[in-house]
Amino acid sequence: MKKTIITVVGKDTVGIIAKVCTYLADNKINILDISQTIVDDYFNMMMIADMSNAVKSVSEVSDDLDALGADIGVIIKCQREEIFNSMHRL
Amino acid sequence: MININEVLETNKMIEKENLDVRTITLGISLMDCIDADLDRLNGKIYNKITTVAKDLVATGVAIEKEFGIPIVNKRISVTPIALIGGAACKTPEDFVTIAKTLDQARKDVSVNFLGGYSALVSKGMTKADELLLRSIPKALAETELVCSSVNLGSTKTGINMDAVRLMGDIIRETAELTKENDSIGCSKLVVFCNAPDDNPFMAGAFHGVTEADSIINVGVSGPGVVKTALEHVRGENFEVLCETIKKTAFKVTRVGQLVAQEASKRLGIPFGIVDLSLAPTPAIGDSVADILCEIGLEYAGAPGTTAALALLNDQVKKGGVMASSYVGGLSGAFIPVSEDQGMIDAVNAGALTLEKLEAMTCVCSVGLDMIAIPGDTKATTIAGIIADELAIGMVNQKTTAVRVIPVIGKTVGENAEFGGLLGHAPIMPVNRFSCDAFVNRGGRIPAPIHSFKN
Repeated sequence: MKKTIITVVGKDTVGIIAKVCTYLADNKINILDISQTIVDDYFNMMMIADMSNAVKSVSEVSDDLDALGADIGVIIKCQREEIFNSMHRL
Repeated sequence: MININEVLETNKMIEKENLDVRTITLGISLMDCIDADLDRLNGKIYNKITTVAKDLVATGVAIEKEFGIPIVNKRISVTPIALIGGAACKTPEDFVTIAKTLDQARKDVSVNFLGGYSALVSKGMTKADELLLRSIPKALAETELVCSSVNLGSTKTGINMDAVRLMGDIIRETAELTKENDSIGCSKLVVFCNAPDDNPFMAGAFHGVTEADSIINVGVSGPGVVKTALEHVRGENFEVLCETIKKTAFKVTRVGQLVAQEASKRLGIPFGIVDLSLAPTPAIGDSVADILCEIGLEYAGAPGTTAALALLNDQVKKGGVMASSYVGGLSGAFIPVSEDQGMIDAVNAGALTLEKLEAMTCVCSVGLDMIAIPGDTKATTIAGIIADELAIGMVNQKTTAVRVIPVIGKTVGENAEFGGLLGHAPIMPVNRFSCDAFVNRGGRIPAPIHSFKN
């Protein structure tokens, strides 16, 4: 499994999750888990996604989501899971 | 499974606290380039560097994007050039042609610094070593981003005072040749005691003769992350303070280890070491001096500074060692003046002097780093400063270094501007009394008694 972590940070507005999910579905990226929280009035969402069947590379998806985020007015990041595992898990 | 708070913590470190991987440094051996013909030697050096390092920058950029962690610098270190050019170079000018080849190769593979225009003369100088030393001023003035380093002493060999004295002149000459740009040539030149073979940081990086043909070394950073973590434990005792630094250093280093392994795998080049140094930049919030203030000092340089730095350095190592399979290089806290806004503020406030910095280097990695001194400082005085610093390294069995910049045409009260990562520096006063008779004695200082461990 090729796991990536997608985070969305920004002012809450209608349709953020819908737009991100549509993009992921179109690109054959499977969502394994979603969680969200509000920190300092900012909407924070994290998705754990499986990119095993994705047509695009992590870099390309990262660029696409970056652009999508700019459209909606939030910051979307897509990072490989290893960076979080190495920092927070022994 | 990773939870949202952990993800947000990591991304906050990257976005708000300047967490980054400071450098991926590709060490390349040039031993197989040695040739008695200068043109052929230059050709072989160019080909080797541009072949081995051709994918370095692209690989670094790809890793940056996939993991979402900035990798600020992609650099190259090579075998000390005095060893490589010995057969072909008959004059200092011959060595300068190699410096230009290195700069061109560096440019063509888009890396921002190349280190290894170096000589290892801790006990004595060969003819080639001396020619290289004498070529340094011109080499640094006529190239853009080639770095030079000279190992002048070690715990095992003592200090080569002939070479120390000569480097006093060389540093002055380097300053003169680049005086139009605040003597910036000296920012690319460092002298060492106990220089490590696998240091990924500039200006002192070179690929030691004990290393493999090529190797990936990584330098992590994160003063801002440590500072922020300490903000949450204000007023707590030393146990809490130290544990916080240790845990933070562990997290920071794990990212370095991940990037090092990933780069090694993609480039097909063995992983060497992670250097645990806390490396500041002139950016606000990326300062080692600010950590010292957070520990409880009004300014870096106040009484207590050496103790605070000692504990910081030790905890960074304790946290980092467990996070990486191989640790090496300089590993500690860097205390450059021009590259750290908190240090600059401390100098301007009158809290930090050259002598206090010297004391601080007894307990942290490296030494007197990026310190601007008056342009009229004598060569013998610079040699005396170097001798003092190297003595600390020699006796304490640690690396020490000197990178001072006599800013030609400027004096105390003025500022030197270097730009970019090198920052700017207030010119610091130097003790005005003479050490001429001391440094002009000639010869070498014997190795200390505790070097005889066999």
